[in-house]
Amino acid sequence: MINATQAVQSTEAPRGFPIPVAALRRITKRFPGVVALDRVSLEFHAGEIHVLLGENGAGKSTLVSLLAGMQEPDEGEILIDGLPVSIDSPRHSMDLGIGAVFQRVSLVPSLTVIENLMLGGSWLRSLARGAALRRFDELSALLATRIDPDAPMSGLSLGEQQQVEIMRALWRDEKLLLLDEPTSMLTPQGVADLGRMMHRLKEKGVALILVTHKLLEAYEFGDRISVLRLGTVAGDIAPQRLQTMSEAERTETVIGLMFGAADPGAVPAQDHEDELAILLGGKLRRAGSVDRSKPAKLSARALVTMPDFAETPLHAVSFELWAGEVLGIAGVDGNGQKHLAEVLAGQRSLRQGRLELAGFDITRGRVPERRLRGIRYVTDDRLGEGTVGTFSVATNLVLKEIGASPFWRHGISDWPLIYQSAREQILRNDIRTPSELTPVGKLSGGNVQKVLLARELDAEANVAILNKPTYGLDLHNQRLALDRIVAAAARGVAVIVISTDLDELLEISDRVGVMFRGSLAGIVENDAAAGSKVRRLMTGSAAA
Amino acid sequence: MRALFTEPFLVSLLFGAVTAGLPLLLAGLGEQISEKAGVLNIGLEGMMLIGAYTGFLATYRTGSFWFGFLAGGVGGMSAALIVLLLCIRKGLNQIVIGIAITVGAEGLTSLLHFVQFSRSYPRLAAAPIFAVPAFSRIPVLGRGLFSHNPLVYLSWALVGLLTWVFRSTYLGLSLEAAGNKPAALDAAGVDVVRTRSFAVLCTGFLAGLGGAYMANVGAGLFVPFMTGGAGVIGIVLAMLARGRPLWVLIGAALFGASLAMTTALQVAGIDVPTDVVQMLPFAVVMLVLVIFARHSMLPSALGTPYVRGGR
Repeated sequence: MINATQAVQSTEAPRGFPIPVAALRRITKRFPGVVALDRVSLEFHAGEIHVLLGENGAGKSTLVSLLAGMQEPDEGEILIDGLPVSIDSPRHSMDLGIGAVFQRVSLVPSLTVIENLMLGGSWLRSLARGAALRRFDELSALLATRIDPDAPMSGLSLGEQQQVEIMRALWRDEKLLLLDEPTSMLTPQGVADLGRMMHRLKEKGVALILVTHKLLEAYEFGDRISVLRLGTVAGDIAPQRLQTMSEAERTETVIGLMFGAADPGAVPAQDHEDELAILLGGKLRRAGSVDRSKPAKLSARALVTMPDFAETPLHAVSFELWAGEVLGIAGVDGNGQKHLAEVLAGQRSLRQGRLELAGFDITRGRVPERRLRGIRYVTDDRLGEGTVGTFSVATNLVLKEIGASPFWRHGISDWPLIYQSAREQILRNDIRTPSELTPVGKLSGGNVQKVLLARELDAEANVAILNKPTYGLDLHNQRLALDRIVAAAARGVAVIVISTDLDELLEISDRVGVMFRGSLAGIVENDAAAGSKVRRLMTGSAAA
Repeated sequence: MRALFTEPFLVSLLFGAVTAGLPLLLAGLGEQISEKAGVLNIGLEGMMLIGAYTGFLATYRTGSFWFGFLAGGVGGMSAALIVLLLCIRKGLNQIVIGIAITVGAEGLTSLLHFVQFSRSYPRLAAAPIFAVPAFSRIPVLGRGLFSHNPLVYLSWALVGLLTWVFRSTYLGLSLEAAGNKPAALDAAGVDVVRTRSFAVLCTGFLAGLGGAYMANVGAGLFVPFMTGGAGVIGIVLAMLARGRPLWVLIGAALFGASLAMTTALQVAGIDVPTDVVQMLPFAVVMLVLVIFARHSMLPSALGTPYVRGGR
């Protein structure tokens, strides 16, 4: 496979750009216990959007961090404009003309836009604001953005923050731009803007590297696609070939490369049905079989919360939820989802409004009471609020029952029973852990989430609130988590799934509600037109 | 009450407030630089104490006050070097190391004092005073504020200088970024460790300078434990000032005034138990904390070591 890849690269370099802007030659990078990159060779050309596609752990981010100077390779060499270099710091990377935009926003929230862009000048000089503003205007024109340079960073939307990041990455006329999962936090509109921006930069002759795990993005933006799998380049589709392929052929080739068939042409399609479903944005909708003639399981009436520092409060959120139903809550992050989840879980008090569980008023009930009544909450803060990292898997599995029977009697822990039950849970939920005594913080994100789901979606669950249940998980674990959620709903649990990933919501929900500025902008039935209705609601236009 | 606000009382209060507040001002400004850059410098008290000792020793041996101030600053910096090496470079816990520095400095200076000065208790001559022309002739204010050691005016100037540095230099941006989002600073190509190291050395220098002023000008001698919580008040000042040097000045003046109250009341001939008056600054600390601490905004990366690529 590697030989084939190299052959593809050496023969199919685009005409007119003989020397690649950057090239990796047999790069190996090891971390304790893992080989993140294994003899990877790639070339990046000017005026080309090169997509690096792969699952979590495929080595995409490591590759980016090597070029950005955050880490150094153990073996192999990096060539910039044909010359070997060793990039030992971010500064050096910038000096070589490489700009990077990372997955997490790395701008200083307490500074203004222009101050963030001026960061990095020599200490003893006073700020060259005039020159910085001129450069800012140039880049605003190039990228067609409209941002107030004196706005504080913390006041910008995530999309705007990312635009500022891109400006910073291009501040010194960088010729290679790295974009690590740039669309993960954006609205559909933001993604479209980003696409336009990348196109303009490409025309200017910038080499772009777009790292993503979303197949559709790869097709939409990429001129060349390289697929990474388990630290190696599984394959590479050159521009000429990409243009001549039909969508079905591309999908088949890429899926084959991502999930490891020896010959991409011979992949039996059904083996990858699940992955395909997620990659292509969920065609496997849940059959709507919810009986809404009975009284609702959970009803929320005009929920209002107090504004809190930097958080959007709820205003007048009302909805009803029936047993066995999955209600998806979509929306751009930060539109009140956190408050909604916490209010339902009993962790945040209401200023106004009423909550009923099967007709019983639980507005004043706090966490323990709601838990007793079968309300379960899976936080998006898995390692912070959800688990205690230094505690064992076994303890974390009973974390919310500490002191209660049967695991505790008269305040004394029955460890054999706790361990016994943990072993059963580990087996039943396929939690990959060395033992039930392993600290949960040592597990991978997917397995921590399995622990949480095992704990919360238990037999006594009535209503489950799941906040971003698949955030940060790779495809396989994302699939497993979604399956568990759907299975719980099938058992009759009323489920609320809050997510910023619209595709997964459309896949598992019966109805999808959209949060916008603290209100529920609308709830739509998950039919064929749901996707476009929800997208419209997400931008704040009135209910369709 | 009217009898209280006589000229001698007011002059004595103002003069004392400046003298007692100056070490707080210097230490507070120093701490502010560290905190801006994300380093919680709990060892401030120890740095002041070392500065007080080295400053006193240098002036006592050479007779030069300027040399004493310099030695105090360098002494404070050498204590800061421990924070630099252990906390910033090695990522050890800043609170533990800070406490160790304070306790260590207390022990070390007490021992050295015992060995060198415990039999003689030497005193320095009065420190030179520079009366600001014209200003020093203003009634009350002139003698209270404008007849001090030149270091006082330099420190006031430092408030302006730091305000300018924080607001309009690349250094100011770098410090702010190091404290709030070190990864952003790193990505912008500035070494976070170097930025924080610089900040901590500045803190050490200013704290040491404050200690030297306390010993050489304020007291004219060195005694063990002489800083008596000034470093702790400096930390509080820096935390409450939210990154603004002028607020440190205001806070230092307030605490200085409450420290100076003892002498001023004696000058005014009012007999209040000294214990009550000496308690005043700490009562003020508590009061100020109760009123303002809710609004204190600390840098988000304060106290956390930076590891590139770490999460």
